Amino acid sequence: MEFGPYLMLAMLEGAVLAAVLALMASGLSLTFGVMRVVNVAHGEFYMLGAVIAWFVAHLVGGGAALSFVAAAIIAPLAVGVLAAAADITILKRIDYDPERTIVATIGLLYVIQQVTLMTYGPDARPVEPPFNSRIALPWIEWGEGGPSLYFPWGLSTTSYKLFVIGAAAVLILAIRLFMTRSRAGLIMRATQLDSDMATAFGIPVERVYAAVFGLGAALAALAGVLIVPIQQAHYLMGGDALLLSFIVVIIGGLGSMAGTIVAAVLIGMSDGIISVFFSPTLAKIIATLLVALVLVFRPQGLFGTRDR
Amino acid sequence: MSLILSTRGLSKSFQGLRAVHEVDFDLPQHQVRALIGPNGAGKTTFVSMLIGRLAASAGRICFDGRDVTDMPAHARVALGMAYTFQITSVFARLSAHENVALAARRHLGADQDAVEAEVQEALGRTGLADRADALAQDLSYGHQRLLEIAMGLAQRPRLMILDEPTQGLAEGEIAAFKALIRDLARDTTILLIEHNMAVVMELADRITVLNFGEILAEGTPAEIHADARVQAAYLGSGGDD
Amino acid sequence: MSRIVALHLGLVALLLALNFLLPAYTHGNIARIMVLAVYAIGYNIAFGYTGLLSLGHAMFFAAGMYGTGLILRFSELSALPAWGVGLACGAGLALAVGLLALRTAGVAFMIVTLMFSQAVYLIILYFGAFTRGDEGFVIEAADRMIWGLDLGQPQVRYLAAWALFSVVLLISLRLVRRPAGRVFVAIRENELRARLLGYDTFRYKLLALVISGTISAASGGAYALLFGYAGASFATVQYSIFPLLWVLLGGAGTVLGPFLGTLFMFYLIDIASGLTEAYMLIAGLALIGLTLFAPQGIAGVIRARLWKDLP
Repeated sequence: MEFGPYLMLAMLEGAVLAAVLALMASGLSLTFGVMRVVNVAHGEFYMLGAVIAWFVAHLVGGGAALSFVAAAIIAPLAVGVLAAAADITILKRIDYDPERTIVATIGLLYVIQQVTLMTYGPDARPVEPPFNSRIALPWIEWGEGGPSLYFPWGLSTTSYKLFVIGAAAVLILAIRLFMTRSRAGLIMRATQLDSDMATAFGIPVERVYAAVFGLGAALAALAGVLIVPIQQAHYLMGGDALLLSFIVVIIGGLGSMAGTIVAAVLIGMSDGIISVFFSPTLAKIIATLLVALVLVFRPQGLFGTRDR
Repeated sequence: MSLILSTRGLSKSFQGLRAVHEVDFDLPQHQVRALIGPNGAGKTTFVSMLIGRLAASAGRICFDGRDVTDMPAHARVALGMAYTFQITSVFARLSAHENVALAARRHLGADQDAVEAEVQEALGRTGLADRADALAQDLSYGHQRLLEIAMGLAQRPRLMILDEPTQGLAEGEIAAFKALIRDLARDTTILLIEHNMAVVMELADRITVLNFGEILAEGTPAEIHADARVQAAYLGSGGDD
Repeated sequence: MSRIVALHLGLVALLLALNFLLPAYTHGNIARIMVLAVYAIGYNIAFGYTGLLSLGHAMFFAAGMYGTGLILRFSELSALPAWGVGLACGAGLALAVGLLALRTAGVAFMIVTLMFSQAVYLIILYFGAFTRGDEGFVIEAADRMIWGLDLGQPQVRYLAAWALFSVVLLISLRLVRRPAGRVFVAIRENELRARLLGYDTFRYKLLALVISGTISAASGGAYALLFGYAGASFATVQYSIFPLLWVLLGGAGTVLGPFLGTLFMFYLIDIASGLTEAYMLIAGLALIGLTLFAPQGIAGVIRARLWKDLP
């Protein structure tokens, strides 16, 4: 394959990663934005989404499409409830102390991961996509008679991958509308600005926190459901996803939703492109060092503005 | 008498809001100077710049003949400034003894006997000798304020900045505090931010009045007491609290 | 000799006596625990005493392990100088990381250290041609000799681990009772106040991190020498979490805590791994339980209830 089509293929793969990452990182950013805590178990909620999708596919039956829809409803609900319960039983009791929350969510990470290992097992298992037609993509060639379209061998994507990109975009738009337009979103944003003031105005801050923690986890689970037909479900898949989400949220400016999405597209696309052309390990080294340096020298993120 | 501290054009603004504006301030050695002013006059901002907790937006600060404007806080303390916090800031989970020892060790180093003597003296002068082994967090509020001052003493500063030291003290404790300051004034310079006018009038050699971030008046307690502008400033802001 | 010094020397003497008493399996375990406890003591200097919650100490452990291991693999140096190189690697890395990471605090510090450590792990994988990546490499028996003694031999291994542990334990006991150690505690308790007492807190934090990183590297290098293996798994996030777990369990900010925590957690995981493949479940539950119910740890409870002056 020539360079041009090859680059386009890399960009398509990058876009799929960016879409899933944006969805997952939005959840992490939401919890950090409203509650000012870093949830290290976020990657495990993503993994749970994928694993639940596999269980649903094998228990529900009735075809790939039906079980996909079922998983897309069941997984975020179950994971959201689990996260809200963890918030009430653990985080609330340590008063959302930032450092202790990290230590406790590391504990939660191991518990979820290891319980999955005990029940689901160590294997990576595939889930069939609801639809998966191959779509060949055209490329423009500048020949003697001017530009002409042709279909290079290997330049293709699947309808499911395009669906993932679209679905993530729609979901992120829905969250934005929810946060800006709905009453519940308004309450969450009020809590984010000043939790003491919110308490004074009669907002049940504790319940808002549980709901936000649940919602953030549900978004990760949904990202897991979307990715599992492309990538197999495995009990250790949360680690890399968590690291990438961290990178995205930090580069985008901690707690800023818009910055998070821009960063997800940037990181997803460049990871996709760099991994195709260079060693993925080198790409990861550069990305992690970049994140560390951003936190040291520009803690407001690359796109954020300093608020104090 | 030589100046221990002087500022020229010292200013601080927060997002365009002028908290302190072009303050020229001179403090001779061995004086007890009170800094007063209505709430929001910029007193704490001013002393925070002196000690280096806040960076100045403009202007210079000289301490003992040296320009310290660009020095970090710890270096100014090492030169002989000491600062006690308005909101009590002690090492809550350490003993009173260790709190004071930390203050003494910085200039006495590893000489354990000298540190011990210094700690005993500072605790003795503040009346905390019998509470030496108590954790700072277990002390009463008044005792914590005194512990702050003991930590200041143990540093053997040449300039001691006390930010509202009598706030929250009982009457009896205030009397003891006044005696302590008079005693202290013999070998150090004191800059006192204070709301309690009785304390100010009794202790201060001179008073500087800050209003809207600028120096409104400066003089002896009697002069300040008689100054019409000062009275207007306090009345205008709803009176002295 | 104070009761405190007696207590710590007593532990050192007990561990020496155990060398002659323990059955082979436990003997090997205790040697390993002593080496890992050195890592925990190093971590405790930063986290327990100075309040620097790092999530990236595996990079210092790995610096010691690979510094030592790679020198032995690719040069003619013998074990002791190679271990010295490992220590220097840990100290240098801690200095570099500290200069950058200590510009941040709290949560940002945790994430920055996590990221630097992850970068070190990935660098080990990237240079797989030298490090053999995930697989790791074995350090040959011929390279594991000090003064003609074979470090692979159980008695020698135990005594070497014991010597290292004893020295580091007593160093840490001395450090935290010295003025510098007291300033570390002051920074942990209230950094602004410490600064306004005239202490250059950045330099003290840097000092604490370099001491902590060097001790961690000493442990990593010793692990490579005594157990004859260097592998990338020791550089993973998990190996940054372990010392945190040990120190939390044993008691952060206590001299004996790291050893107690390492000992208990080692056996908890040892027992659990006999029962299930998912033995890290124990670590997870312990982290949550400790955060919720016993943030002081074992030695912290002893200090609070029984012995107020325990350092």
